[in-house]
Amino acid sequence: MILVLLISILFIGGLLAWVSEIFDPALPRIVALVTVIVELLVMLTLLGATDSPDPAWLASINAAWMPRFGIGFHLAADGLSVLLLLLTAFLGIIAVGSAWNEITERVGFFYFNLLWTLAGVVGVFTALDLFLFFFFWEVMLIPMYFIIAIWGHENKNYAAMKFFIFTQVSGLLMLVSILVLAYFHYEQFGFFSFDYFDLLRVNTTGPLEMLVMLGFFIAFTTKLPSMPFHSWLPDAHSQAPTPGSVILAGVLLKTGAYGLIRFAVPLFPEASMQFAPVAMTLAAISILYCAKVAFAQTDIKRLIAYTSVSHMGFVLLGVYAWNEQALQGAVMTMLAHGLSAAALFMFAGGLQHRIHTRDMTQMGGFLAKVPRMATVALFFSIAALGMPGLGNFIGEFLALLGAFQASIWATVAAALGLVLASVYSLWVIQRVFHGAYRAEVGTAQFNESQLLDFDRREMVYYGLMMLGLVWMGMYPQPFLDLSAGTLQTLLENSRQLLAAVPN
Amino acid sequence: MLELIWLLPTFPLLGFLSLVLTAGKLPQRVVAIIGAGSIGLVFLVAALIASQFLDSGAEQFVFTAWSWMSVGEFTPGFTFYLDGLSLVMMLIITGVGFLIHLYSTGFMLDDPSYSRFFAYMNLFVASMLMLVLADNLVLLYLGWEGVGLCSYLLIGFWYQKPANGYAARKAFVVTRVGDTSMAIGLFLLFSQLGTLNIQDMLHAADAQWAIGSNYAVLASLLLLGGAVGKSAQLPLQTWLPDAMAGPTPISALIHAATMVTAGVYLIARNQVLFELAPDIQLLVAWIGLATLLMAGFTAMTQHDIKRILAYSTISQIGYMFLGLGVGAWSAAIFHLMTHAFFKALLFLGAGTVILSLHHEHDIFKMGGKRKQLPVAFYSFVIGSLALAAFPFSSGYFSKDEILLAALALEGPGIWLWAGGVLGAFFTGLYSFRLVFVVFFGESRGHHDAQEVAGFSMATPLFILMFFSIFGGWITIPVESVFSHGEAHVEHHVSALLHGIMIVVPLLGIGVSYLFYVSKTFSVEKLMASSLAQGLHKFWFSGWGMDRLYDTLFVKPFLWLARINRNDLVDWLYALIVELTRAAHGLVVRSQTGSLHWYALSVAGGLLLLVFLGVLL
Amino acid sequence: MPQTIPIEHGLMLAGILFCLGLIGVLTRRNIVFVLMSLEVMLNASGLAFIVAASRWGHADGQIMFLMILTLAAAEVAVGLGLIIQMYRRFHTTDINVLSQMKG
Repeated sequence: MILVLLISILFIGGLLAWVSEIFDPALPRIVALVTVIVELLVMLTLLGATDSPDPAWLASINAAWMPRFGIGFHLAADGLSVLLLLLTAFLGIIAVGSAWNEITERVGFFYFNLLWTLAGVVGVFTALDLFLFFFFWEVMLIPMYFIIAIWGHENKNYAAMKFFIFTQVSGLLMLVSILVLAYFHYEQFGFFSFDYFDLLRVNTTGPLEMLVMLGFFIAFTTKLPSMPFHSWLPDAHSQAPTPGSVILAGVLLKTGAYGLIRFAVPLFPEASMQFAPVAMTLAAISILYCAKVAFAQTDIKRLIAYTSVSHMGFVLLGVYAWNEQALQGAVMTMLAHGLSAAALFMFAGGLQHRIHTRDMTQMGGFLAKVPRMATVALFFSIAALGMPGLGNFIGEFLALLGAFQASIWATVAAALGLVLASVYSLWVIQRVFHGAYRAEVGTAQFNESQLLDFDRREMVYYGLMMLGLVWMGMYPQPFLDLSAGTLQTLLENSRQLLAAVPN
Repeated sequence: MLELIWLLPTFPLLGFLSLVLTAGKLPQRVVAIIGAGSIGLVFLVAALIASQFLDSGAEQFVFTAWSWMSVGEFTPGFTFYLDGLSLVMMLIITGVGFLIHLYSTGFMLDDPSYSRFFAYMNLFVASMLMLVLADNLVLLYLGWEGVGLCSYLLIGFWYQKPANGYAARKAFVVTRVGDTSMAIGLFLLFSQLGTLNIQDMLHAADAQWAIGSNYAVLASLLLLGGAVGKSAQLPLQTWLPDAMAGPTPISALIHAATMVTAGVYLIARNQVLFELAPDIQLLVAWIGLATLLMAGFTAMTQHDIKRILAYSTISQIGYMFLGLGVGAWSAAIFHLMTHAFFKALLFLGAGTVILSLHHEHDIFKMGGKRKQLPVAFYSFVIGSLALAAFPFSSGYFSKDEILLAALALEGPGIWLWAGGVLGAFFTGLYSFRLVFVVFFGESRGHHDAQEVAGFSMATPLFILMFFSIFGGWITIPVESVFSHGEAHVEHHVSALLHGIMIVVPLLGIGVSYLFYVSKTFSVEKLMASSLAQGLHKFWFSGWGMDRLYDTLFVKPFLWLARINRNDLVDWLYALIVELTRAAHGLVVRSQTGSLHWYALSVAGGLLLLVFLGVLL
Repeated sequence: MPQTIPIEHGLMLAGILFCLGLIGVLTRRNIVFVLMSLEVMLNASGLAFIVAASRWGHADGQIMFLMILTLAAAEVAVGLGLIIQMYRRFHTTDINVLSQMKG
């Protein structure tokens, strides 16, 4: 029941936030903050929960929905889901915080959309019925579209439409795949089912398998995103308001990775194994190519967006290496990147909010003026480039370590991404904070008096994220332990399925 | 007592945290106490631990602070490993580190970012201690990257100048190339041997791999990649001269005494692995030789006081690599230690010169400064004597051992020895060129500069002078570490060869005297020929390596970045959009709005259907 | 058996009428004539039904003709109504002028 509660808190909180605007425009943000904090607290009870008949799952609920087609309302959470749920709620708080002063128009509707997106994400991370999964997949898409299209920046309609079309088209491919899979189940067992566990039993060795798998793969790698489906992301990020970017980079991208780990590979172990070299090559290309494109950007948000794609390449690499280290690495990268990318977007958004430009050629020498901002940006850039002792390193190192056992060349190429990561990360620091101060040089095109340092409230958010990254970097074992059970089960299942396949 | 080893990285880390969190609000005196005091405390702890360890007679001591992570077989911990080698490194880092911190409290006094400076310095010491005390390669990698980060932060410390930022980034990126090679090495070692704990890994390698087997060669080559990056050896040496953009104490601590020798430590630490790959070990020697000669030539042509010292550092680390390559493991570490003393002395002396002469770097704008800058003068004379391996100075003992070991090597040994001796000649030449030009002759500028050397700056110099002279008599307890592969033969060499090794550096000093003091030889005359000028230009630019890399890597990368700023892949989707638009345009044409046209097409379609129906 | 018109003649007449109607639809510019030509085409198809029905002695064709008659009546009613509206708005009955719904 906890899971239903988790989703309904967000749905109801969203409605309340919308309605509360009628009474006072300052009310929605408070309602939203309370909602996400309650959400996080309820999630924490999941950690020791035994709300499921199956001991492998911490909590689950399975009710009939459309029994005629075998569609059930099946939610369940295990260690992997809980990790990602916690990330979602945590970044939910951060997102509300970053919206606090930035969003001033149609406040109620904004928080409604924000919370409903989160509700969709929570649903995606817990749904074990593929029809339900698809439903939540769409639920998180539409409010996000509104967030970009209504509160975005100068080119918001283009960006929102692009985001919508990419996600929608790839989502439709997934829907087709889900239907075909359910049909396979009908053919083999005589009744329809969309349930995850039923579908796991489907023998997917037919000639169509690869195509069906690709439907899932494309949907998830579009969300992830990876080459060559990434081009919606820079536009969406550069146009989205800061809280939108935080949710997009921190949480929405992770649904793609989660889908790969939970659905794409386990449902089609054989096709995935055949496809793994291609996927790993794509990952390596993605890492290198997007790192290079990131370096060329002058728009700071676009730059960070491209680095996101580059980092998610490590996740893709780890998932398709499909061994314990690599998968743990992928999960750790998801968590750590969730924090570091969210923080970097928040920093870029805060900067844009202050000086009304994202153009880095307008910046320079800000260190003396805004030392706290510089420290924050430096910390998260360093985290992003994979400095040991911070979470991202654990993720990327484990992913590469595991991937090396699967594909040496893809790993070596991906490791070169570490060099490029240092190139673009330090370039950002150089262009924004180092060098001569623009206003003194007299080439600044922003109002100097608006360039204020982070205040205490903002520092609390950044401080929380820093602590999170240090924790993940110095003592990642609790995180690793939480997801270990899930990942080992998945590995074991696919090993058995592969063993059962003749030849 | 030995358990206190966890305090070693903790103290500087606490210093770092307290300085960062107070964000420059503390008064300078407090910052100095925290910054230098934490390192002083660490040195005391290190000394205590060292004496305890040596008394106990144990060969190693392992202490696990906590388990870092455990994923399948991959279980690195925050585990510290103390043996003779890490003991020596630990003492060098904390000892020399403390002296340099003390010096910095005076040197940086006028800088507005006083506390930021000490915060970075403390973080550096913490990372460096982590590096040398790590018992597994992952923790070592943590320290390895950590010192790289601090090096970046401190080179770019004066961030207002874009050139400093460039130098800092260059240092970080170039060393990261090496680091990545090392990381791949770690992946290889783990995938083959199933552990990254250094001792277990070495045992496993010894047991599983034959001498010269492919994996051993590949793994040691990849680790060597990391080592040449960090230690500024060919072909990744280009970052170090530019790294001199940082404050001078940084150059002393990071880019002379400690961090740049991390590569030497790495190779020494993985001695077994390199002995399994004799070809690579020999490659280490050749890299060392090539680097020491190249850097020696280049140092002769520079006129920035710090760049000369930077090239001499590269050259001296070349000697250490030479030592590692010919199997003189303890001699290499010994040279690492003596080099830390005299090079720190030289850099700190240079710092005094630079500060006293209002940030003047060009040695040809100094001249005759021995009266004005007495402390710096003595520092330079003593440091340079040790650097040039003047008999019975500290550098003499260590360099001697390396060269003798090279001579003892069969096959290419004699060539390595000859190259090393030639390098020693140039060492004498360029180090005393610096001394003579700066401190002798007539003053060429800054005629009335006063030496800035308070208590905090002078004390470290005197202590380092002492160790630069007498450091050669210290015995380092690394025998047990390297006993595995080191043949303990007394080097019996003829008196002639020994004489050559003593005389050659003196010869270098003499030639330098004839050029720069007595003016018996004239530099101008030498430079008259176009060949000499060309050579000078070539050497001055560091053998054109910067330009080479610029053309090979930087320019193509920038070009690629420039032409593909808007992401080719996005064009693909733009193309789809365009195609859709074009198709739309085509279909739109059929909607003419003319009733006749519609009626005709209905009739035509009907006819076609009937026709098809009849036909089929 | 009385002399009857052979079915071929009846169908041929229906065909000719249909083609005439079609040509009228395609060539006339005045919409009233177009409508009239449409009526001719409808009646031509009706004639074909009648002829066929009398050939087979079957009532279905006549029923179909009644249907067509109703259809034609409805069509004329709506069509004329539209034409009147059109004329009021655009002051013309030339269909070539009324081509705003293109593209």
